[in-house]
Amino acid sequence: MADKVGAVMVVGAGISGVQTALDLADSGFKVYLVEKKASIGGTMAQLDKTFPTNDCSMCIMAPKLVAVGRHQNVELITGAEVELIQGLPGDFTVTLKKNTLRVNEEKCTGCGECAISCPVETLDEYNQGMKKRKAIFVAYPQAVPLVFSIDKETCIGCGICAQECIAKAVEYERKDQALEVQVGAVILSPGFEEFDARLKKEYGYGEFKNVVTSIEFERMLSATGPFFGTVMRPSDGDIPRKVAFIQCVGSRDEKVGNPYCSSVCCMYAIKEAIIAGEHSPGLKPSIFFMDVRAFGKEFEDYRARAENEYGVKMYRGSRVASVEEDPETKNLSLRYSIGDETNTEEFDLVVLSVGMRPAEDGERLSKKLGFKLNKYGFCETDVYSPLNTSRPGIFVSGSFAAPKDIPTTVAEASGAVAKAAALISEARNTQVTVKEFVPEIDVVGQEPRIGVFVCHCGINIGGTVNVPSVVEYAKTLQGVVYAGENIFSCSSDTQEKVKEKIKEHSLNRVVVASCTPRTHEPLFQNTIREAGLNPYLFEMANIRDQCSWIHMHEPEKATKKSKDLVRMAVAKARLLEPLKKSKLGVLHSAVVIGGGLAGMTAALDIADQGYPVHLIEKEKYLGGNLIKIHHKEGDRKPKDFMNELVGKVRDSKNITVHLDSEVKEVGGFVGNFKVKTPDGEIDAGAIIVATGANEYKPSEYLYGQDKRVVTQLELEQQLDEKTLKAKQVVMIQCVGSRNEKTPYCSRICCSNAVKNAIDIKKASPTTGVYILHKDIRTYGFREDLYREAGDLGVSFLRFPEGTMPTIENKAGQLEVTAFDTVLKEDVMIRPDLLVLSAGITPNEGNEELAKMLKVPLSKDKFFLEAHMKLRPVDFATEGIFLAGAAHWPKFIDETIAQASGAATRAITIICKDFLETEGIIAAVNEMVCNGCGVCEPVCEYKAITIVKDPSNPDKLKAMVNEGLCKGCGTCVAACPSAAMEQKGFKDQQMYAIIDAALQEGK
Amino acid sequence: MTSTQVHAEEAEPAAEEEWQPKIVTFCCNWCSYAGADLAGVSRLQMPTNFRVIRTMCSARVDPEFVLRAFANGADGVLVLGCHPADCHYIGGNYRTRRRIALLRVLLEQYGFNPDRLKLEWVSASEGAKFQKTIKEFNELIKELGPNPINDEE
Repeated sequence: MADKVGAVMVVGAGISGVQTALDLADSGFKVYLVEKKASIGGTMAQLDKTFPTNDCSMCIMAPKLVAVGRHQNVELITGAEVELIQGLPGDFTVTLKKNTLRVNEEKCTGCGECAISCPVETLDEYNQGMKKRKAIFVAYPQAVPLVFSIDKETCIGCGICAQECIAKAVEYERKDQALEVQVGAVILSPGFEEFDARLKKEYGYGEFKNVVTSIEFERMLSATGPFFGTVMRPSDGDIPRKVAFIQCVGSRDEKVGNPYCSSVCCMYAIKEAIIAGEHSPGLKPSIFFMDVRAFGKEFEDYRARAENEYGVKMYRGSRVASVEEDPETKNLSLRYSIGDETNTEEFDLVVLSVGMRPAEDGERLSKKLGFKLNKYGFCETDVYSPLNTSRPGIFVSGSFAAPKDIPTTVAEASGAVAKAAALISEARNTQVTVKEFVPEIDVVGQEPRIGVFVCHCGINIGGTVNVPSVVEYAKTLQGVVYAGENIFSCSSDTQEKVKEKIKEHSLNRVVVASCTPRTHEPLFQNTIREAGLNPYLFEMANIRDQCSWIHMHEPEKATKKSKDLVRMAVAKARLLEPLKKSKLGVLHSAVVIGGGLAGMTAALDIADQGYPVHLIEKEKYLGGNLIKIHHKEGDRKPKDFMNELVGKVRDSKNITVHLDSEVKEVGGFVGNFKVKTPDGEIDAGAIIVATGANEYKPSEYLYGQDKRVVTQLELEQQLDEKTLKAKQVVMIQCVGSRNEKTPYCSRICCSNAVKNAIDIKKASPTTGVYILHKDIRTYGFREDLYREAGDLGVSFLRFPEGTMPTIENKAGQLEVTAFDTVLKEDVMIRPDLLVLSAGITPNEGNEELAKMLKVPLSKDKFFLEAHMKLRPVDFATEGIFLAGAAHWPKFIDETIAQASGAATRAITIICKDFLETEGIIAAVNEMVCNGCGVCEPVCEYKAITIVKDPSNPDKLKAMVNEGLCKGCGTCVAACPSAAMEQKGFKDQQMYAIIDAALQEGK
Repeated sequence: MTSTQVHAEEAEPAAEEEWQPKIVTFCCNWCSYAGADLAGVSRLQMPTNFRVIRTMCSARVDPEFVLRAFANGADGVLVLGCHPADCHYIGGNYRTRRRIALLRVLLEQYGFNPDRLKLEWVSASEGAKFQKTIKEFNELIKELGPNPINDEE
C-alpha cells in the first residue's frame, strides 16, 4: 500500500470546517479548506447573537476566521466544488473545480472601490435579500478571505470596476480551473439549508410583507443588517410592538417531508425574542411552541429568564393554523389552537422559525464521493460512530449529519479530526511548514509612538459610546501619534489596516479599545507581531463588555468612561516593554480521568495516534453508566458495544488502565502535568476530564418505599429480563430536573422514556402507557421515536410548568393525579407500575477534582468549559479538556463525538515538541535584591529559590525558574525592597494606570 | 474651598446632579475580570463611576497600589478576586485576604475610614454579583462622602 498523505481536505467552511481546519493544522497536518462560496464563515457569520450567553456571533467567530485565514498550514480554496475522488483511505486524489471569481485573489486588497463604482445592484444574499449589493461584491465586511468577486448573472460587463481597481485585480476573462489535490482523508461539513417557508402557504410568507423568517429576523437584529439593528416592519418601517414567533416551520411536519425536529429553533427564537426586546424597549414578543425544547447546557435557565425577566410570552402546546393579513394596517392575525380551544390574536410582525434541511450540496456530494445519505437526506452515520460516513476515509461533522447547535458542532468538528488523524498519523508533520516571522523591530530607547484603534463593534459600542469623540480624545494623549476607528476591529481587513498604520506612522505601541482582552488580546498581539512589533507592546481598553454594555442608557457617561479607559491604556502603553518567551519541552502523553464511554473513547483516539495514555477509573471495572443500558441502539445494545470498547482499550499497547484508582493531586502545567494516584505519579502533557454523571436517586413518589415505583434504568432491566407484567404504566418526566432545587433539564430523559414506552407497547400492545410531561424534548431525529410512540398508542399528558403530578397509595392501589393542560382539569390514573424519569446529577466528586485541576464548575456543578459556544471541550486552564456527562448530560453519539473532540484538542498540545512560556512572568532585579527570602514561601509554584550570588558569594539573591513561574505577581507584591518585578505588570506601569484612572478626564 | 466645590462651580449645569464618588476596582484576570465581562454579556446595568484595573491575580495588588489610588483622590477602592480555593494561582487570593485585612487596620490607625477599601470574591460566573458589588459599594461610598484627602489640597 502506498504511503499515507499527511494532508486532509475539509469540505465546507462554516464554523465546523473552520474548527476542523484549525485543529488539523495544529496537529501537524496540511489542510485544504474547500468552500463553495467566495468567503468562509457559513451560517454562523450571519447570526447576530448566540444563545445562551447572548455573545455577539461575529465577535466570537471573527478570531477563528482570522486564525484560519492566516494559518501557515491551511490553504483556503474558495468558490470551489468537489468533482471526483480516487484512491484509497490514506491516499486520495481529489479533483476540484474552482469557479472563477473574475478577480485575481492574489492582487485584490479588498478595498472595495470597485463595488462603490459598480452601477448594477442585486439582492444581497448575506442579508437574505433585504438589502442590495453590487455585481462586484464581498459577502460581508469581515469576510475571509477579503476578496471581491463578480456575480456574472448580474454583471453587465461595463468594465468600470476594472478601470477603478488600482491593484489591477479585476480579470474578467479569468477562467474556471480544475485542481487536483492529494490528501489522506476527507472531512465533510457542508452544513444545512434553511427550510423554504413558502412551502407553508398558510403562513403567507412571500405574500405578506410583515411575515419574515427567523434568519431574516436575525439579519434585522444585526448592526450590519438591512435596518442597522433597528427592528422595523418591512411594510412601513414602523417599530413593531407585538411580535409573534411561530415554531416548527418545516420541522416536526410530515406534510412537508421534514418529520424530524431541527433542535435549535426553540432556543434561537427565545434568543431573538430577548434581543428584539433589548433593541426596542416595550416590544412584546410571543412564541408559539408545540414543546419548548431547551435541553442544552444552561438553556432552561435562559428560557426561564426570557419568561420571567424579559416578559417573553410562551404559548405551550400550541399550533398555529393560519396567518391572515389586514390589507389596510398590514397587521397579521394568527389563528391558533391549544388543545381543543381555538383563538385569534393580532400581531405587528410574524417571525417564522424555519427548520434545517440537509445541505443543498449533500446529494451531489454523496454521489461524487460515494457515501450514503439517510432517509431525510442528511449524511448517514451510526450511533456508535457518529463521525464516520459510510465510506472509509471520509468523515463528517456538524449539521450535515443531523440538525444541531453550534457547541455540539464545534465539538464534533474537533472529533472528526481525531478520526482522520488516526488514519494518517504516521504522516504527521510531513507536509507542514513552520511560520517565519519578520524580525522584531528593536524599540528599546525609542520615544513611545502609540497608535489607538477604537472599535464600534457594529452598534455594540457605537450605539452607546460616541466613538469619533473617543478617537479625537485619544489624539490629544501624550505619546499618541495615530488614532482611528473601526466598525469591527477583529475583522481580517482591520488586521491589515493595523499593520499598515504601524508602518505608516512607525508605531511602536498599539492600543485597541474594543472588547475584552480575555478573548481578543491574542488576535491583536499576533497582528502587531506580523508587523514586526513584539506582541507585548500591546494594551487593550475594554469599552464594550465593561462599558457600553453595562451603561446602555447613559451614552454621555459611557463616552466619558471610554475616554478614561483609553487614557489608562495609553498611560500603561507608554511604559510597555518587549518581552521574550522561552521554550518548554512537552510530554507526548495524556491522562484521561474516568473510564466510561467518554474516557475510553478519548483514550483510544489518543492511543490510535500513537501517544501513550493513562486511563484512571475509580471503580474496579471499566464501562461507566453505559453497561447499565440494555435497550438496543443502532445494530446492537450499548452494553455490547461497551464490551467491545473495553476489549479495544485492554488490547491497546498505548493505554495503561488504572482501576480502583483516583486522582489525589495534580501538579505542573500544560505540557508537563504530574498526576498523583495511589499507584504513583504519572507525567503527562495533557489531561482529559471524563468523569461522567449519575442518575438522580428520587426521594419523591414513594420511590424506595413501594416496589411498583422504579426509575427508567430499572425499567430497562425489567424489559431486558422480560419480567415486566404491568398492564397500566405511568411515566413521570422531570423527576429531579426542572424544579426549584435542580432547575436544569437533563436532556436525555424524554427520549429514554419514549424509547422504553415503545418497547413496552411492542412487547404488550394492550398495556396502557401514559407519559406525564411538561414538554417532550425528543430533539433531532429522536422525534421519530415520539411519533412512533404516538402511533403505538402511548398517551401523552402535559402538565403545567411549576407543578408536578401527585401520588397516593389508596388501600394498596397507586393513584397518580396530574393537571392536564388540554382538558384543563385533574386527571387520575391507577398504574400498576410507576416509572420515574430521574434526571442526571453531577458527580459529587466534581468539586474536589475541580479544585485539584484549578478549573471551574457551572452553577449546576457540572464542569464549566472555557467558552460555551466555541470552546466546548477546553478549559480556560491550558492543557486540560472535558468530555461526556461531566460537561452535561448527553446521548451516546454526542458523547463519542465530544470525547473524540477532547482527544483532538489534547493532541494539539502533546504532538508538539515544545510550547512557548508566557512572557508575563516574575523577574528579579539583582541589583536591588538582598536575598531576604520573603518571596520564596509565597510562591505557590515553587518557582523561586534563594541562591548565592555567583559574583559575590557573601550575597544571597532570589532566582525565578521561568518554566515554573505562572506570572501571578504574588511575589512582586510581597517584596519589601521592590526588587521583584512582574513583566507586563511592573510597578511603574501599574502606577501609571492608577494615576491615569484618577486623573480628571476631559 | 474644596476641590469638589471648585468642580461643582466649574460645571454649573451639572450642579444639580448628585455627587458621584470615584471608585477604582482591581480585578483578577481569571475570575473577577471575567465576572465583569459576564455582567456585560448579560447586559446588567450599573453606575458608571468605577474604573477597572486588571491584574493577573488579586495577589498582585500591592498595598501601595491602594494607597496610591487613595492619595490620588479615589473615594473608594475595591479589590476583587477568585473565591477561596478557586484561585487560578492556587492560593494567591488567601494572601490578598491577609494583605487587605492588614491594610485596613493600617488605614484606620492613620485615621482613614477603612470601609473605603473592600475586598470581595467574584467568580467568572457571577456577573450578577459583580453588578451587586459595584452598586452596593457605590452606595456605601456615597454615604461616606468624598475622600478627605481631596479636602486637604
